[in-house]
Amino acid sequence: MATVEELKLRVRELENELIKCKQKQCAMEDAQSLELHRPKIEKMSAEVVDSNPYSRLMALKRMGIVDDYEKIRTFAVAVVGVGGVGSVTAEMLTRCGIGKLLLFDYDKVELANMNRLFFQPHQAGLSKVEAAEHTLRNINPDVSFETHNYNITTMENFTHFMDRIRHGGMEEGKPVDLVLSCVDNFEARMAINKACNELGQIWMESGVSENAVSGHIQLIIPGETACFACAPPLVVAANIDEKTLKREGVCAASLPTTMGVVAGILVQNVLKYLLKFGTVSYYLGYNAMQDFFPTMAMKANPQCNDRHCREQQEEYKKREAECPKVEVVQEEEEVVHEDNEWGIELVSEVTDAELQAATGDRPELPEGITVAYTIPAEVRVAQHITASQVLTSFYHRDLQMHLWFDK
Amino acid sequence: MADEATRKAVSQIPLLKTNAGPRDRTLWPQRLKEEYQALIHFVEQNKAADNDWFRLESNPDGTRWTGTCWFIHELLRYEFQIEFDIPVTYPDTAPEVAVPELDGKTAKMYRGGKICLTDHFAPLWARNVPRFGLAHLMALGLGPWLAVEIPDLISKGIVQREKRGNTYL
Repeated sequence: MATVEELKLRVRELENELIKCKQKQCAMEDAQSLELHRPKIEKMSAEVVDSNPYSRLMALKRMGIVDDYEKIRTFAVAVVGVGGVGSVTAEMLTRCGIGKLLLFDYDKVELANMNRLFFQPHQAGLSKVEAAEHTLRNINPDVSFETHNYNITTMENFTHFMDRIRHGGMEEGKPVDLVLSCVDNFEARMAINKACNELGQIWMESGVSENAVSGHIQLIIPGETACFACAPPLVVAANIDEKTLKREGVCAASLPTTMGVVAGILVQNVLKYLLKFGTVSYYLGYNAMQDFFPTMAMKANPQCNDRHCREQQEEYKKREAECPKVEVVQEEEEVVHEDNEWGIELVSEVTDAELQAATGDRPELPEGITVAYTIPAEVRVAQHITASQVLTSFYHRDLQMHLWFDK
Repeated sequence: MADEATRKAVSQIPLLKTNAGPRDRTLWPQRLKEEYQALIHFVEQNKAADNDWFRLESNPDGTRWTGTCWFIHELLRYEFQIEFDIPVTYPDTAPEVAVPELDGKTAKMYRGGKICLTDHFAPLWARNVPRFGLAHLMALGLGPWLAVEIPDLISKGIVQREKRGNTYL
């Protein structure tokens, strides 16, 4: 039988071997990651080449959707809760090339999360923020990350959380540009609400119902729009019999679809807000049972329970009184040339009648929906049409193809 | 929803007056005093009714609470450790009571053994801010949860009485 001394020696040997193995593995991983990772990109380029990760985003400028897409790199966004909605939100922002992400969550990845997007089975047991940072850094090394693995609702963590919202911006010391609430419980939402009311921080709230078939997003501007404590939590009516809902023994259901949809509309609103395009929604609900998307805006409640909300409302009133809103009237200038001695005018090449004949009937459609193109009645008959006629009409390429095949 | 006996017990718990959370340095000690008064009153009342079922104590600043609760089922006593933090949003939101040793044993629980109070308790609490306190949390939150869950867990054999030394607890 081995003596204690012998066993101790054996333990030391094995320990050394383990250290060697670990070192070898680390070296291999480093080498691999150097191969896999692209280098950081200093300046976003609009060049259309396969190797440019930003070409499709920068194309938004050419399409006239966004004025200055590069500006996205100057923003810092805090994502609180890196679960079904938060992780997908963080991934979307990472792929869009956001400047900085601050991730907050105290949970670990579990196999029970695998019905949702983003996390993978081999990450089970890791903290969500750590696993997320690793994946996201791989996707886009240009984004800077800051992760915090704690519960924001307890006293000391809350103080630290507030401090990071106030000072964790793109430039250390400046506040973040936006806080996104992707948490799954009332307590954490109220904590974010409290922090943002105290700091006057603009934030967006998101949520998916416990039965997984409805969700919402909401923009909260302290003092201006209703805060989370101004009214009881809003729910999107699911229009299902409540009694059939309360299944014994289950606390919450979840679907990757609903969570993906909510993350999508959340990040869409974030992009519109940060890059100033389209209309930013104050509240957008999603009812998956009926495919219904209610929207609305809600003013802050003067009797709100949160003292800081009431103070922010006073501040807002003062600001409003100081600078009354100027009605922006956009006037289109008529082009008048100084002299036009020959009386030249621009005339359309086709007459209204020709245009009408060439476009055909528009089907009756609800507001907001239109057809990409119409098919003129005579073309639809298409027996006598010549190729040259088809080519001169301003139709969509697909339609032309269609006509060729018909012949 | 709470049963008739619980309702009666609650009607005898003093309501709290001070609307202050742990971040409110000046008013929190007053709120804490009211919490303790209500808790003591509730425990005394339970004892008098021969229905003593929990103990709680806090750290000096009253932000972290620990204790035990016990449940009698078919004349046998089952005991559990309980714990919770006072959230920064207290009393607007109720603390999340955890029974860590039951974590993973029932679906009506969130991670870390926090009991699921959303349906039966959260709306009730919200309607009674700031009058409800920790004694109400015990009577209307933890109490009904134990009454539903523990017999079920026992019948499934998931909860068993622990033998300590030569005696059962």
